Amino acid sequence: MKKLSARRRHPLAAFVVLLFALAVTGGLYTAFAPSGEAKADQESSQSLAIEEGKKLYDVGCSSCHGTGGQGTTDGPSLVGVGAAAVDFQVGTGRMPMQQQGAQAPSKPKIYEQSEIDQLASYVASLGSGPSMPTKEQYDPSGADVANGGELFRTNCAQCHNFTGQGGALTHGKTAPNLEGVEPKHIYEAMQTGPQNMPSFTDGALPEKDKKDIVAYVKEANGEKSESPGGFALGGFGPVSEGMFAWVFGMGVLVGVAVWVAARTAKAKKS
Amino acid sequence: MSNATDTAQKKKAPAGERVADWADGRLGIYTLAKANMRKIFPDHWSFMLGEVALYSFIIIILTGVYLTLFFTPSMGEIEYHGSYVPMQGIKMSEAYASTLDISFDVRGGLLMRQIHHWAALLFLAAMFVHMMRVFFTGAFRKPREINWLFGFLLFVLGMFTGFTGYSLPDDLLSGTGVRFMEGAILSVPIVGSYLSMFLFGGEFPGHDVIPRFFAVHVLLLPGIMLALLVAHLILVFYHKHTQFAGPGRNNRNVVGMPLLPVYMAKAGGFFFLVFGVIAVISAVFTINPIWVLGPYRPDQVSTNAQPDWYMGFSEGLIRAMPGWEINLWGHTLALGVFVPLIIFPMVLAAIAVYPFIESWVTGDKREHHIAQRPRNAPTRTGFGAAWISWYFVLLVGGGNDLWATHFHLSINSITWFVRIGFFVVPLVVFWCTRRICLGLQRRDREKVLHGRESGIIKRLPHGEFVEVHEPLTQDELHTLTAHEQYQPREIGPQTDDNGVERKVGRVEKLRARLSKGYYGEQAQIPKPSASEYEEITSGHGHH
Amino acid sequence: MSSQGPDENVSEDKQPEERRSGVERAGGGGAPDPFADPGLPPHEPRIQDIDEGAAKRSERAVALLFAISMLATVAFIASYVAFPIDKIVYVWPIGRVSALNLSLGVTLGIALFCIGAGAVHWARTLMSDQEMIDERHSVAAEPEMEAKVKSDFVQGAKESGFGRRKLIRNTMFGAVALVPLSGVVLLRDLGPLPENKLRHTLWSKGKLLVNENTNQPLRPEDISVGSLTFAKPEGLEEDDHDFHSEIAKASLMLVRLEPNDIKDKRELDWSHEGIVAYSKICTHVGCPVSLYEQQTHHVLCPCHQSTFDLTDGARVLFGPAGHPLPQLKISVNKDGYLEAQDDFQEPVGPSFWERG
Repeated sequence: MKKLSARRRHPLAAFVVLLFALAVTGGLYTAFAPSGEAKADQESSQSLAIEEGKKLYDVGCSSCHGTGGQGTTDGPSLVGVGAAAVDFQVGTGRMPMQQQGAQAPSKPKIYEQSEIDQLASYVASLGSGPSMPTKEQYDPSGADVANGGELFRTNCAQCHNFTGQGGALTHGKTAPNLEGVEPKHIYEAMQTGPQNMPSFTDGALPEKDKKDIVAYVKEANGEKSESPGGFALGGFGPVSEGMFAWVFGMGVLVGVAVWVAARTAKAKKS
Repeated sequence: MSNATDTAQKKKAPAGERVADWADGRLGIYTLAKANMRKIFPDHWSFMLGEVALYSFIIIILTGVYLTLFFTPSMGEIEYHGSYVPMQGIKMSEAYASTLDISFDVRGGLLMRQIHHWAALLFLAAMFVHMMRVFFTGAFRKPREINWLFGFLLFVLGMFTGFTGYSLPDDLLSGTGVRFMEGAILSVPIVGSYLSMFLFGGEFPGHDVIPRFFAVHVLLLPGIMLALLVAHLILVFYHKHTQFAGPGRNNRNVVGMPLLPVYMAKAGGFFFLVFGVIAVISAVFTINPIWVLGPYRPDQVSTNAQPDWYMGFSEGLIRAMPGWEINLWGHTLALGVFVPLIIFPMVLAAIAVYPFIESWVTGDKREHHIAQRPRNAPTRTGFGAAWISWYFVLLVGGGNDLWATHFHLSINSITWFVRIGFFVVPLVVFWCTRRICLGLQRRDREKVLHGRESGIIKRLPHGEFVEVHEPLTQDELHTLTAHEQYQPREIGPQTDDNGVERKVGRVEKLRARLSKGYYGEQAQIPKPSASEYEEITSGHGHH
Repeated sequence: MSSQGPDENVSEDKQPEERRSGVERAGGGGAPDPFADPGLPPHEPRIQDIDEGAAKRSERAVALLFAISMLATVAFIASYVAFPIDKIVYVWPIGRVSALNLSLGVTLGIALFCIGAGAVHWARTLMSDQEMIDERHSVAAEPEMEAKVKSDFVQGAKESGFGRRKLIRNTMFGAVALVPLSGVVLLRDLGPLPENKLRHTLWSKGKLLVNENTNQPLRPEDISVGSLTFAKPEGLEEDDHDFHSEIAKASLMLVRLEPNDIKDKRELDWSHEGIVAYSKICTHVGCPVSLYEQQTHHVLCPCHQSTFDLTDGARVLFGPAGHPLPQLKISVNKDGYLEAQDDFQEPVGPSFWERG
């Protein structure tokens, strides 16, 4: 307080107060202004984002997906895939792809979230598709985990395994492990059906159900997941259990058997 | 041998002794004790493998009885309201719900479940290893052929007891296994659909299969196994244990430690060691966490749907089989399922009947109590290794999806590998193993004739360098030459001295061919004879 | 001499002679056998046999192991009382585990293991390690005994008149052979006869396709290209007594294809605006096939990897399944909901003999 009162008479104090006042007025104006004008504002920033997004697109994506997103032999058309698909593919590092292959693996993402948003705006402008989900759509807190589990077993476990450890598809394709995948990306994957994954439309799997599924995945395969019985051996079921029983279990028991059957050292040798 | 009954003092005997006297007057226990109390058991770690199986069986029975106190073998549908939150409100069978209760509401119940399941996996693994020990050392030869069959039956029954037990919790994974069984039964020609209806009490899954499996799992199969196990052990005692050749150890004796006290302590202690190891494994590593698998519903499934390891080879068979199906005269023969169903017992039978084939080829009617070294029976060892590789290829097939994801392979390529490997891998392994055995036989022969390489280089007066070979001790010489070598059977001349043709059956010809394959010049290295040894050691043999 | 090289004259059944044992027996005339059995080596004492201090140390080690076991049992009881059943603790590196399960198992394991380790250490270090010899005896009986048993048997058999009175023998065989039949007959009521139960499902004309997730009837708009939806027949509820048996046959998988992509004419006829409805139950052994790859339109069965091509009548592309997945003919009713046109035209699920 003392410091503040000492600086009150500083030559620049007037400017600071002025700036503060301006900020407050501006803020209040934004808060209370008629929504139409704010939308206009948003639209202009939207078109700015689309422009920025197009620049990024031309550099990073157009070689495969075509200059207007119409697709080439190397990559599918992006018309109508929506912002959610872009956010998923680029946000999980799947795009841009390093090389053509059975499917695009996830890897550290290359673009900042702000750049991804711009890219998404650009691609969304090419044709209407699922938009990016809001936090309250995908945030797992408060969701029904039991219902999510039931839905997960009906719709997801066949490819991703009981606890989302992933699994094999045909000809080298895989359903990825869901550990550490952000709730938003899980939600977007269900919305958009990336690569060979089918999509789950809101008609077939309503928003609340998707949220429950996200909650279940976080419960079953998150960093806070509990495994009351002990170390889960990867969660792959009987194959890893059998391997463990053979290698570790039989290994230890044979070791014990060797000790039991061996002779004690003779006095002469020691 | 025994002087345990040597009780001189006639006065007031200690209480324990008086109880023993009382029992002897009614049960004749002293006669039994005379034969068995100081029974000799040879020391070798591989002779303890069967004990691992025996002890895990006891552990399974103990924990299994505990589990029956809490388990409800019913397929009645209820809504779960127990303490495991992610299942609350879910519809499930009482069997599944009671398994959840054992895991989350009975203190120590989860531990008992995990001990029961880990012990089951180890029981079968130990039986497998024990069986391979008996196989590779030729310990199945006369007089132990029947005990080999008892052991084999225990292994097969153990597989089915395991399968029925694994199905009891009625979870999504085991239910998928039961569904597979239904499909396999349906594929049986003519009676398939009837068998399926009778087993499930109607259409799959119905409401009967869990209670029926329960009776089979806790009563029928363990009862038979217990009887077989007792018979198996009685025969082990009766035949006395095999031993490896060595100084003082021959076909007419058994050298080792007495049951009382050494093996009482060692074998008794080993039970606690096995139990302790399994308890710690069950504390630290989870097994079959049915709470994340969910209750069974015929329209749900998860990837990584595999049975426990001992059924894995059948899973490999079924995954690798091409989808052949014959439709004729209004009937369907699903070869894609039925052929694996037929090969499944044949894989097991291949190893089970081997001892009888070998004894037929050798025509040997004598008793054998010396455990052979695998290298000294190259054809058998090759066959055993080939069988294991066959089994392993099928296990790979049974886990093809996990091989695909973990080694970044295509599931289709792995399936093709299994399809081809099923035929090729055992042949290659047989050939390689036999070569390796012959190589080891040659090395033994060299060692006997020329001694052990000492690593010491000596320069001879004329400048030549030689490595000094140390002669073997008498013990080693004896041990390395103690094995017997058969000669191939010969059919003999087809015509006798008078030119009359002798009838030689095709079976006899086959037997002679096999015998040549087993014991011909290509199949074993003659062990050094005394004269060869004398010739080399009598002075001028050094080089 | 024991058996020799292959050129040696061998006995008729080609079996090697048994090796003689003991040096003392080798000297019968010719040169001594260089490979003769030298006999059991002399016993060598252990440290514990000659040093009482070492033996005392072993004794203390055994007693210590038994004492640890006692403590571990006390700890077992203590953890049973102390830890609530739902307590989860984080233990590196195994993860978030039940405190009760971990502590009970580890203490029980230690209690048991230490008893075993104590007993074995006792046996190995303090009990005599003098090797002993048991002679073996032939399993088969001596000839006199064999002869006695056989003659007794012949006598007994003769006294029974078993061989002479053939009528008794044959009727007895008949009776004993027939009596187990009653046991077989009793098994009849294990289940009903198959009849045509495997041929029919709950689907019939006009039944609505109900979404498995929402329990609401499906409209064509709910299904877009590249999406995957599962349906059950209208009226089948989870509470129904036969829910499992019915869903095991009726479960449906819905996919929308571009009509141009559909190669099979019948598939196109039975679809609605490219929406095709296939049985979710694999024709191999009945797992729910549903690993739908939306770019290739292949479905894979997670159990045995049968692969079906949904654009071509669900033809089998790979794996052990023997025939395509059955398709359900669907259309839209006047209210705009998807409905079945009929039951499946062929039995769903695994093949069986009468399937045809």
